[in-house]
Amino acid sequence: MSAPYTGPKVCLWTLDHANPASLETYVANGGYSALKKILAEKTPAAEIIEQVKISALRGRGGAGFPTGLKWSFMPRNYEGDKYIVCNSDEGEPGTFKDRDIIEFNPHQLIEGMVIAGYTLGAKAGYNYIHGEIFELYESWEKALEEARSAGYLGNNICGSGWAFDVHAHQGYGAYVCGEETALLESIEGKKGQPRFKPPFPASFGLYGKPTTINNTETLASIPWIMRNGGQAFLDLGKPNNGGTKIFSISGHVNKPGNYEIPMGTPFADLLVMAGGVRDGHTLKAVIPGGSSAPVLPAEIIMACTLDYDSIAKAGSMFGSGAVIVMDETVCMVKALERLSYFYYEESCGQCTPCREGTGWMYRVVHRIEHGEGRPEDLDLLMSVGNNIAGRTICALGEAAVGPVQSFIKHFRQEFEYHIEHKRCMVGA
Amino acid sequence: MTLSAQSLLSADSLAQIDKEVAKYPADQKPSAVMAALRIAQVEKGWLAPATIESVAQYLGMPTIAVYEVATFYNMYQLEPCGRHKITVCTNLPCQLQGADTVADYLKQKLGIGFGETTPDGRFTLKEGECMGTCGSGPLCLHNNHTMHAHLSPETVDKLLDELK
Amino acid sequence: MPLITIDDQQIEIAAGSTVMDAARAAGIYIPHFCYHKKLSIAASCRMCLIEVEKAPKPLPACATPVTDGMVVRSYSAKAVEAQKGVMEFLLINHPLDCPICDQGGECQLQDIAVGYGGVASRYAEAKRVVKEKDLGPLVATDMTRCIHCSRCVRFGQEIAGIMELGMPGRGEHTEVMPFLEHHVSSELSGNVIDLCPVGALTSKPFRFSARSWEMARRKGISPHDGLGSNLALQVKDNRVMRVTPVDNEAINECWLADRDRFSYQALNSAERLTRPMVKDGGRWVEVDWPKAMAFAAGALKVIRDTHGASAIGFIASPHQTVEELYLFQKLARALGCENIDSRIDRVDFSGRRDGVEWLGMAVTDLNKLDRVLLVASTVRKEQPLIAQRLRQAVKKGAQVNVVHCADDDLLCSVANKLIARPSDLVNILAQVAKAVGADIDGLSDVVVSDAARAMAASLKSGEKKAVLLGAVAQQHPAASELHVLAQAIAKATGATLGFLVDSANAVGAGVVGCRPRQGGLNAAAMFVAPKKAYVILGAEPELDAADSAVAHQALAGAELVIALSPFKTAGADYAQVMLPVAAYAETAGSYVNMEGRLQSWCAAIPPQGEARTAWKVLRVLGNQFGLAGFDQDSAEQVLAEALPEGEATVRARLNNEIADVTVAHLNAAAGIERLGDTAVYQLDAYSRRAPALQVTVDGQVGHAAMACGALIARLGLSEDKPVKVRQSDAEVVFKLMRDDRLPDNVVRLAGGLAAAVQLGPRFGPISLEKM
Ligand SMILES: Cc1cc2nc3c(=O)[nH]c(=O)nc-3n(C[C@H](O)[C@H](O)[C@H](O)COP(=O)(O)O)c2cc1C
Ligand code: SF4
Ligand code: FES
Repeated sequence: MSAPYTGPKVCLWTLDHANPASLETYVANGGYSALKKILAEKTPAAEIIEQVKISALRGRGGAGFPTGLKWSFMPRNYEGDKYIVCNSDEGEPGTFKDRDIIEFNPHQLIEGMVIAGYTLGAKAGYNYIHGEIFELYESWEKALEEARSAGYLGNNICGSGWAFDVHAHQGYGAYVCGEETALLESIEGKKGQPRFKPPFPASFGLYGKPTTINNTETLASIPWIMRNGGQAFLDLGKPNNGGTKIFSISGHVNKPGNYEIPMGTPFADLLVMAGGVRDGHTLKAVIPGGSSAPVLPAEIIMACTLDYDSIAKAGSMFGSGAVIVMDETVCMVKALERLSYFYYEESCGQCTPCREGTGWMYRVVHRIEHGEGRPEDLDLLMSVGNNIAGRTICALGEAAVGPVQSFIKHFRQEFEYHIEHKRCMVGA
Repeated sequence: MTLSAQSLLSADSLAQIDKEVAKYPADQKPSAVMAALRIAQVEKGWLAPATIESVAQYLGMPTIAVYEVATFYNMYQLEPCGRHKITVCTNLPCQLQGADTVADYLKQKLGIGFGETTPDGRFTLKEGECMGTCGSGPLCLHNNHTMHAHLSPETVDKLLDELK
Repeated sequence: MPLITIDDQQIEIAAGSTVMDAARAAGIYIPHFCYHKKLSIAASCRMCLIEVEKAPKPLPACATPVTDGMVVRSYSAKAVEAQKGVMEFLLINHPLDCPICDQGGECQLQDIAVGYGGVASRYAEAKRVVKEKDLGPLVATDMTRCIHCSRCVRFGQEIAGIMELGMPGRGEHTEVMPFLEHHVSSELSGNVIDLCPVGALTSKPFRFSARSWEMARRKGISPHDGLGSNLALQVKDNRVMRVTPVDNEAINECWLADRDRFSYQALNSAERLTRPMVKDGGRWVEVDWPKAMAFAAGALKVIRDTHGASAIGFIASPHQTVEELYLFQKLARALGCENIDSRIDRVDFSGRRDGVEWLGMAVTDLNKLDRVLLVASTVRKEQPLIAQRLRQAVKKGAQVNVVHCADDDLLCSVANKLIARPSDLVNILAQVAKAVGADIDGLSDVVVSDAARAMAASLKSGEKKAVLLGAVAQQHPAASELHVLAQAIAKATGATLGFLVDSANAVGAGVVGCRPRQGGLNAAAMFVAPKKAYVILGAEPELDAADSAVAHQALAGAELVIALSPFKTAGADYAQVMLPVAAYAETAGSYVNMEGRLQSWCAAIPPQGEARTAWKVLRVLGNQFGLAGFDQDSAEQVLAEALPEGEATVRARLNNEIADVTVAHLNAAAGIERLGDTAVYQLDAYSRRAPALQVTVDGQVGHAAMACGALIARLGLSEDKPVKVRQSDAEVVFKLMRDDRLPDNVVRLAGGLAAAVQLGPRFGPISLEKM
């Protein structure tokens, strides 16, 4: 097994310093230099986008969409306001990386948003922060204030005469607002219900204006790319999977937490860094990309490297890089019951398959867990899932189906045991 | 008769709301509704119908539209609750790390279940969804604001003692 | 234009259209619930999923834009599988008890389920139950049936302009509801009944009184405002059970105002006059038709022979048909009388008018306006669907400017407004006239305010413009001055001058000559100098008149009043003969709407009791006098005589020009004054007798005296308490309500109220006193 990663980190490097969140720490280590350079040299937007494309930075919010390409969709010569929105509504079970960026390296995110704002010709930026981490909403507002006083935000950024500001918008307890168009509705002061696409935010976004939405980690990576070049970022990871990436590892490991390591690192190495599976226990299953990603049994995940391609080949999703580890004590029916409840509880309710289907799936899994399962239930669950997936307005529908179908696929005998014996085979 | 926000909310709350309103374009006041409801809730403890109406009026929104927002997001409190609202995340990662044990301990110690308030009005216990801090679970959120992580029966005891 | 293929049919359709648009254009039905042609796209029910070649997943037809060469399959195995899946989801929590649902037989869910539902439900869990909501007297709820299509919510936001219903909650717990216990108060609220594809929102007055398949649908025209909305009168056992809209894009689109929809209740009112009645020694006795006619004609002859024909006044309601009004004026003139009028609520007839006042344009042109000056119009209540059209225009960027005596909420943004007391109305309109540089005398002393200047700037910009005079402008004591000012403003700004006609056939009445000619008296004059006898068709002058007290006195003091009415209460205290005539749904007839459109219909039901169609009664009266030209056999024949060239005859007589008016009333009166615009549900004999409308928020407000908080406080009065209202020499107690949208020193007390008859004029000094 290889040694823990000690190379450069893109986002959480400030943790190696005292006062990681402070403006001084950030500036002393090259912070805001990329912005200053861009403004001083009036770097053309196309050049910046080119560097982002070279970096092979892919959206860290879960879908992995190439960021440079997304930026190129923004209309160039649009007369009127445009916006940049940062998605810090991290609420997918298992994901807790963006909170650490806000807590420990807020200025890099600010610099990233300002560079994005400059590149895309935006009038303002909003950072949508998950409601439950309200303390970070406050600390983020302080960081913005600091940046404003230091001239990195406001009417005359770094003396360039260019005006741009960033504001915080709070979530208040709705997972679906992580979906980018639900998030926009939420900023507009409505229920966070996803919009049908097309039109996409790049043409019809916040307040109906062209808008680019990126994940916190995506935007926080931009200053590093501009400072070191797209190629350097790409070189940190592997082709088509540039950079280091924060992996949030939780569940049955000795040291749950965030680990920023290169894309393509073997899963086994991450497990070691996280202190291994809980002492005295063995690995049973892993959800590799946040709760929406299909679960993988131990033997499959242990053979994977942590990048989009390897995980997809294994039948799951790289997602947001949130790794939920389960050992042999976990009852898969009970675990699924909790996840199904989550999607049922968080469905926004507008589209029929998700509103009705998530409740149906949860109720059936709940019955099975409580000893009232029926032999036909597993086929029913698979079929209900098929009627949801691909037929909803947003991907929450699919996200709800992923766990159900993968749990049944990989651990069917456990479900059947539950139905037949009205109890759990784990620890039986 | 609708009570105006001016007569219902403190000057401090109104100043905070104004600050939120200022973040958005002048014709997009409703953008501040989530913050306004939160600020009103912090002041009043919960969102009574009159509070919702006054926020609607302050932001020039239909009351039902504000009510939609207040009922869509989990952290708005639509009934009176205890002085200390404790929301425990029970989602899978936290569950794997012992959230159920912590929740059971809290229930037993406070003598109430999820969604209930202690007779002395001190505590309300709620079940929460993922708080985006799974690595530090089990955890809970106090009054929609302060996160308490790495909970165990011992840390729960300490926390409850501190909350008068 | 993109060419697309749907189910092997090729369709060329404008870029930007959706697959649903294309399918509809090609006559292909794709099942849907949330889609509605007049509402924004929600794409949420997912019933319209279709297969698109090369798309990996089924796509919603309602929200998928067409692209050139697209190949769509709406009933391929893939599409149907998706649609069936959605149907199953919709049904799992929906009660499957169509036989006891009021929507049964006309439910989109039921219809589509027949084609797409599974045989047995795979759903074995408990079904959702949703608490009922009380939306008020018009709309009933059965919320467990709601399928969350959000049409009702979007209707409020997008068409009614007021969001009263929302969908609080999340996920499965989302429920359609108003805020707390609020009732729905929009004057367009009934439309959600049609929009709701299931039985969640139904008609409260109609509820459970008939099944859809038991009723015949007969076409009719709304007898209320000047729009002429197209109705389906739904009939069972010769009773109108309910009214629904008939689509007519040029008029009401697919909507109805609540007044159009629920006033049918009056047809079945206990106040219907069903037998002719004659007053005998102060008591009403029922008689047969021959006796009644002989009595009426005999008594009228006596008056004419002793006092001359000019001692008679002929007053008709502008809600009567073209045929009736034509024969009415023909009878009067044949008897030698020129005192004929239907403009009962007007006072100012000064100046020279050469034709019949009308909208000045097509109703559909309203949507295309980019500048509007609305003069003294309570348009939301006068013509609710015209307000809706103006709202659509505003959405497209139109600037609406308002000059009025109340700052009523138009539910759309208003560019500029000038709000003042009724006696100051001429002055504020004159300011606008002066600011636009209108060519009109008498404005030298007018001081132009900033708001008037802003309004002028708005009116001078833009392309398509209109200056529209509302009912208050037409009823105003200085109506002609307002008219001439509006005309001058229109000329100076290149706008069209139009009248928002407030009654169903006011244009028709004018066109067929229900107006005094040389030597005749107008309605107001007929009351101010009382006549010996009155013949009244359909009207209730004591309620409708500009000065109700004077009208009532004149009628009560007359030797003879012959009332032709569907209702026995109309004229019961002053008439000597009451002749029961058919209500609008019971006769064939025609109306001319505000744009000059002639619309005819056939009787939906027979007249109640012994009532007869009014045109026949008038013909027989003519026969009783032995007059020539009263031998028509059908309504069509009367119409052909009244309007020989049909609409062309109408058009030839439309003209909004006015001349010979001097602008003089430029100084506001001192003191408190009345604003007596017609309450929405007091417009005519029908709406007054629809109980469900009377108990709505608008119905209730219409019965109160209203003033702004400042005035209430200054007078030491309390809101929501009874108050003594004194006007002329009369005193009546009303509930006082607060409305801060009224200017100071204005008491809004509707015209048309039975309780306010003694108070008199709709405008002028009024006072409020503590009880
Ligand atoms: C139900 C749902 C929840 C999501 N939650 C998040 C989230 O919490 N944070 C996030 O960045 N993206 C989330 N996404 C993905 C966003 O829609 C979007 O793809 C992302 O913010 C784009 O940023 P990126 O390209 O930088 O990844 C979610 C998507 C769905 C369907
Ligand atoms: S899939 Fe679920 S969350 Fe997404 S729009 Fe539909 S109902 Fe809302
Ligand atoms: S009609 Fe298309 S989704 Fe409802």
